[in-house]
Amino acid sequence: MHRATPANLSRRGLLGAGLVLGLAIPVRAPHAQASAAAALRHATRVAAYLRIAPDGTIHLQNPFVEGGQGIDSAVAQIVAEELDADPARFVVACAPPGEAYRVMQGGNARFTGGSLSVRSSFAHFRTLGATARAMLVEAAAARLDAPASTLSTGAGRVLHASSGRAIDYADLAEAAAALAPPAGAPLKDPARFRVIGRPLPRLDVRARSTGRVAYAIDVKVEGMLLAAVLHAPRAGAQPAAVTNEDALRALPGVHSVHRLPGAVAVLADTWWRAKSAVAQAQVAWAALQGPVMEADFDAAAMLGRLKAAAGTPGNTAEEAGDLRTAMAGAARVIEAEYDAPYLAHAQMEPPSATARFAADGTLDVWVPNQAPDLFRASAARAAGIEEAKVRLHSPPLGGFFGRHFAYGSANAHTQAILLARTASRPVKVIWSREEEFARDAYRPLSFATFRAGLDPSGEVVALQASGYGEGPVTRHFGAARLGSPPVDGSVMEGLTGKPYRFAAKRMEFVPVPHPPGVNLGFWRSVGHSMNDFFLESFLDEVAHAAGRDPLGFRLALLSWSERHRALLQEVAALSGGWRPGPFTAEDGTRRARGLAMASPFGSEVATIAEVSVRDGEVVVHDLWIAIDPGRAVNPRTIAEQVESAAALGLSAALAEEVVFARGEVATRNFDTYRVLRRDCMPRVHVRIVDSGAPMGGVGEPGTPGVAPAVANAVFALTGQRLRSMPFGKARLAGP
Amino acid sequence: MIELDVNGTTHRLEVEGDTPLLWVLREQLGLTGTKYGCGIAACGACTVLLDGEAARSCAVTAEAVAGRRVTTIEAIEAHPVGRRVVEAWVEHQAPQCGYCQSGQVMAATALLAAVPKPSAAQIRDAMTNICRCGTYNAVARAIGAAAEAG
Repeated sequence: MHRATPANLSRRGLLGAGLVLGLAIPVRAPHAQASAAAALRHATRVAAYLRIAPDGTIHLQNPFVEGGQGIDSAVAQIVAEELDADPARFVVACAPPGEAYRVMQGGNARFTGGSLSVRSSFAHFRTLGATARAMLVEAAAARLDAPASTLSTGAGRVLHASSGRAIDYADLAEAAAALAPPAGAPLKDPARFRVIGRPLPRLDVRARSTGRVAYAIDVKVEGMLLAAVLHAPRAGAQPAAVTNEDALRALPGVHSVHRLPGAVAVLADTWWRAKSAVAQAQVAWAALQGPVMEADFDAAAMLGRLKAAAGTPGNTAEEAGDLRTAMAGAARVIEAEYDAPYLAHAQMEPPSATARFAADGTLDVWVPNQAPDLFRASAARAAGIEEAKVRLHSPPLGGFFGRHFAYGSANAHTQAILLARTASRPVKVIWSREEEFARDAYRPLSFATFRAGLDPSGEVVALQASGYGEGPVTRHFGAARLGSPPVDGSVMEGLTGKPYRFAAKRMEFVPVPHPPGVNLGFWRSVGHSMNDFFLESFLDEVAHAAGRDPLGFRLALLSWSERHRALLQEVAALSGGWRPGPFTAEDGTRRARGLAMASPFGSEVATIAEVSVRDGEVVVHDLWIAIDPGRAVNPRTIAEQVESAAALGLSAALAEEVVFARGEVATRNFDTYRVLRRDCMPRVHVRIVDSGAPMGGVGEPGTPGVAPAVANAVFALTGQRLRSMPFGKARLAGP
Repeated sequence: MIELDVNGTTHRLEVEGDTPLLWVLREQLGLTGTKYGCGIAACGACTVLLDGEAARSCAVTAEAVAGRRVTTIEAIEAHPVGRRVVEAWVEHQAPQCGYCQSGQVMAATALLAAVPKPSAAQIRDAMTNICRCGTYNAVARAIGAAAEAG
């Protein structure tokens, strides 16, 4: 049996580096795309992106990582349009780190998130395809000794119409690659698009149906050891000693036992043996360091802190008119408080990371991530080497939903790097599902208060909302980056950015920190995931108090916007005409419908839910969702993403909740952290509205409208107002 | 020494008898198409066929499957029903991230092998695998199509 020197890694590297996160998400997301020229900074770097193989396969490097959202297929579809190639011939891989792939924020940033991928790179990939096409045409012109102007392209070939000759791109690729990419290659008139806008099948669906996709957890490296980790029961505790270390090392296959920052690890020849051993570790936890969890912490205590701040004047995030005067003059004031719990990402692939140092001092790291450049920087810091010596690999993600940004100790790669260095062997760390639930970066527990002033006729003359807490933006960028006055957009979005017009309104941000030991993360649709539930439910309360129909009430508040009114009419039509109910369905159940809107990530969404109540719990039968993303690249993928996002929204609405007990996470697997299963999945009907507005996102916008539509339907059915997620906590009266 | 029949091949393995089949498949045999999701038989990502029936391989020990036929996703296209299921999965574009889909395909194959034309209730009872991408409706459509094609 190998006997490794007992290693204490807990004071090296990570503690200093753990909070240097460098997330690239803009603190306040730009509403429009960056200027056209800046967006195209890397768009003619054809060699960095495209390689056409002799068999005609088109290999494309994608700055974005595929995790089920269809981004590999979308970028191929955009390039294929301008290249005049068959999108099915593309093989797409996540590009390595590097400047050429920073296609966002004026050519300076790269991450997969914010529902930004297609809209931030649409112009880039069109230009890239057009530039590559021009190079192929130029190569063909030389080959055919014909002016480029006499050549055309189609279906992966250059055509010389007058002679009837044609050359496959594959046969021109080598000559074309030797040419300098031209500037100003002409783009197609969008009216002539033949590929963009079509419901094409996604790439790799067969591989994803037959287990042939290799995720990070499947990475295999010659000579690697497998590591299982056991984090401190309460975040912040450090392992002073593993008192049965000798016994652990004597277990089958065990290589060595290690102390890491906030965790112990066992290395073995298989992960199962490592996990079996680490499960038996007797650890003396001591010396609280770094982000610490309070000993008596639970979610109720945190909600109490947020509620204690209710009424505290906050920083103005959005304002119109004179709120004080308007509220003072109101005939009636409606008030309400809403809250939502901590959520885990619960993506199906548990986190893992593989690290391998080469003899020349370079380092390979495979880790699930949404931002390769930032993870490379993080890996370099953990290893204490230059970034240029790190090869960062970004495998396809087994789901992400915001899980794989750089969240300090919530990512496994630093552990893999420390262990690989100490063991002088490649190491793959896999977190068990229990470790993952205990160390995720959670959607923050959230709280908001509302006041609406009505005039004697029931018109809303004033609306005030406050969001309380701390979001992932504050946590990972720092309060100094929140602007002036400081506003955490990840706490406020969804309270702000709504299209409804009020004569007077004010949305305020009231900072209240979460414990340092609770890591905070971006969760699909981020602040919208709770705030649209809060505000759209409160609006329903106001409509009810004013004796108004929920649809008519919203239409009136949107009299200025044909786009939003059309979207509401669209979702109403999709559902067969607006009928809030209650009514008796064909199966004899009493049902009702609720309505909600959301304006997330540049898209507009309207959602209707139909519900009944069974055994005190809500049953959702149908969701009708109309989305206006401005322009659609692939309507099939958009419909799938909207349905997927809606499922996650419903999951959170009904059941999801991270439970803390005495500073520890109590919900450690899918038996206690309940997520949506097939038996609660409603029918989902999606309509895509191509309004021609600036392109919005599609991956997240389907999420936020579901909870309020369901809650509003429950109110219409039962008269019970749900003001706290998840709804499964409440016992509903039968209608 | 444990003898395992996996995808028609007999393997003799030096492994602790209480090792879950999942980890024998993934680590001893390199069959990584079967996925680890929860380790407590709650999610279904690790579903394989044991003598043709769906089983969650994280909760079955290696010694318990000695002498039984194990079929994994790697052999699914050699299975007469499995082949049809995969074609329906592709046609209906069931997977998104795909991580749970090995288990979904295995569970659907076991269902259709036992019940060629399942009712909605039978699909609901047999298909309890978690999909975090929310592909439940697409999976149900694919199962319906595979049943039709049978």
